[in-house]
Amino acid sequence: MRRSSNPPSRVLRARRGIHTRLADIWRYRELLVGLVRKELKVKYKNSSLGFLWSLVNPLLYLLVFSIAFQVILRAGIPSFPVYLLSGLLVWNFFSGGVTAGTSSVVVNASLVKKVWFPREVLVLASIGSALVNFFLQMGVLIAFLAIIRYDVAFSYVPLVIPALIVIVVLTSAVALLLSAVNVYLRDTQHFLELALLAWFWVTPIVYPFMLMGGREEKWQAAIYMTNPVTAVVLVFQRAFYAKVDVAAVGGRFGAVDQILPGWSMGGYAAYLGAVAALSVLLLVFSLWVFGRLEGNFAEEL
Amino acid sequence: MAAIEVKGVSKRFRLSSDKYQSLKERVIHLGRGTHTDFWALREIDLTIEHGSTLGLIGHNGSGKSTLLKCIAGLLQPTEGEIFTEGRIAALLELGAGFHPELTGRENVYLNASILGLSRKEIDKRFDDMVGFAELEQFIDQQVRHYSSGMYVRLGFAVAVNVDPDILLVDEVLAVGDESFQRKCLNRVREFQREGRTIIFVSHAADLVRQICDTAAVLDHGDLAFSGGAGEAVRVLREHMLPGVAVAPDADGERAPAADSPVRIVGVEVEHPATADQPYVLPGDPLSIKIAYDADRPTDDASISFAVHDNAGRLLFGITTHALGVEMPTLIGTGAIVVTVPRVPFLDGAYPMTIGITSNDGGTVYDWREQQDRFEVMNPGSADGTVDVKVEVEVRCSGPVEDG
Repeated sequence: MRRSSNPPSRVLRARRGIHTRLADIWRYRELLVGLVRKELKVKYKNSSLGFLWSLVNPLLYLLVFSIAFQVILRAGIPSFPVYLLSGLLVWNFFSGGVTAGTSSVVVNASLVKKVWFPREVLVLASIGSALVNFFLQMGVLIAFLAIIRYDVAFSYVPLVIPALIVIVVLTSAVALLLSAVNVYLRDTQHFLELALLAWFWVTPIVYPFMLMGGREEKWQAAIYMTNPVTAVVLVFQRAFYAKVDVAAVGGRFGAVDQILPGWSMGGYAAYLGAVAALSVLLLVFSLWVFGRLEGNFAEEL
Repeated sequence: MAAIEVKGVSKRFRLSSDKYQSLKERVIHLGRGTHTDFWALREIDLTIEHGSTLGLIGHNGSGKSTLLKCIAGLLQPTEGEIFTEGRIAALLELGAGFHPELTGRENVYLNASILGLSRKEIDKRFDDMVGFAELEQFIDQQVRHYSSGMYVRLGFAVAVNVDPDILLVDEVLAVGDESFQRKCLNRVREFQREGRTIIFVSHAADLVRQICDTAAVLDHGDLAFSGGAGEAVRVLREHMLPGVAVAPDADGERAPAADSPVRIVGVEVEHPATADQPYVLPGDPLSIKIAYDADRPTDDASISFAVHDNAGRLLFGITTHALGVEMPTLIGTGAIVVTVPRVPFLDGAYPMTIGITSNDGGTVYDWREQQDRFEVMNPGSADGTVDVKVEVEVRCSGPVEDG
């Protein structure tokens, strides 16, 4: 008789509880790190520019939106590059993580059919690799802000950390849900592309939040604020862009001369807190759905 | 606790006659999806103790691979539960998840962590893995430059070095060249010596009897038998050969004359040593009782008796005339008993040809070409057809070392 020191026992049945699955994911955390490393290595292995490629995308966005809004439409957002990038990088993480996560189970079909490991790890690895890209881009942005001695709102910077956690939870929740659905309905990923395009434009990234969130009609503003990504984007903008009212410098965007809401720290925290609660609920729901659907992954792939 | 406990496991597959894999198609064909249920496994109960080797046998589509995949966790049972204790590795995923752009070293780490090893554990075993695959020189090259043989070698090296408590071996092992198969089998035997639990899926019955202590037979999703490997192989044969095989028509020469004076009316196989079983053990006595009915006195009858193998090849044949047995004049009903004091065969079903001819063989009175058979069940692990007793003696010329 032979037993390893700590034999991992397992019960396989049609339904596994969420806490069992979370424990399994934790046990496979090293695989998660390994898969993230693999994705990054494969992505940049045979390219001459390496990770610099991940900086090209936001810079191109910056160029296009600067010309479209600041030059052609003559929108007057002062320090537009800082405004755009502090929201866009968060958005890129969200949309990149959700897109890669959604297709991750189908892309790794050969693995899913042959080896058992918690399938959630595949989705989380896609998000992990998007997160590494986000950190690289953010690092470059922060270095840039430091060089030009940009006036950052330091008191709001601590709020960035919970905001980052919230967006990771939210991205994981959406990606887990869609990745499981995508196994059964393969065009989920195509619908997702369209949905993300619309989602981008209902998030205050290239235009100021106050354009929609500051409307006279309170119900319109309320509906606009149900977009959970907005709360996270606002925190990043408040901390790094930091300009709330730009009337004094003659900045304006259409009818508004206020860019960010003039809430106190508590106001931003409350909005973020509400989104955090929603994200956790969505994550539990996604894990439940994923658990219901994963049993047949090997048959459907 | 046993290493693996399968409790009341059933697995249903939904076979849709038309499969819509996109949202668009599902909406268009809403409510028109027709599917039929197919139960690949029905209420399987199986307990596998730590350190034992179980063979899982059955014909194609019997559900043995489905059961293996359920135990491996790849398929979820529709009903029932499976408890496993210990790390499981399955030798059905050689090189699963290898990425061509990564080096051999990077792939070893990734593959081993997919199989559940921690980084520290991989560090410890890395040299063993690479040494086993004999790829030391190439380990830092991208895997896309590997030949397919190197690829499989590396995959196998990782799989067998993850130090599993439970090893699942699928038929996949049958692919690959002979030396590779031998290497796999040697490794399986090594695992047995180390007291690991092994489940071995195969439809090569001989291999199962050689390797496994116990075996389970699956038949169309039902557990037909579970117990000793030799007995299991016999049960499998019974399920695969329903009834006595219909013999090919005897060739024209051997066809009995229409007004033959003597006919065989029945053949019975008797084996007193295992009278309560439908089989005989190698080395046991076996009697064939040939009942005849003679209308007219026949004084030149000779009994032909032959044994064939499963493929119909003749293994042994003799006639009473050639044996010099004096046959009395046959008249009325009676029986001739042919006894084999020691059955010299190993596992298998052996068709017999029994005939009555004239002494010179010129007239065939009656002929039953491979219509009757007897079965031998081999409880030992020897392979092949003939029961050969061997004795082993070691003669050393040099000084003998202790141990």
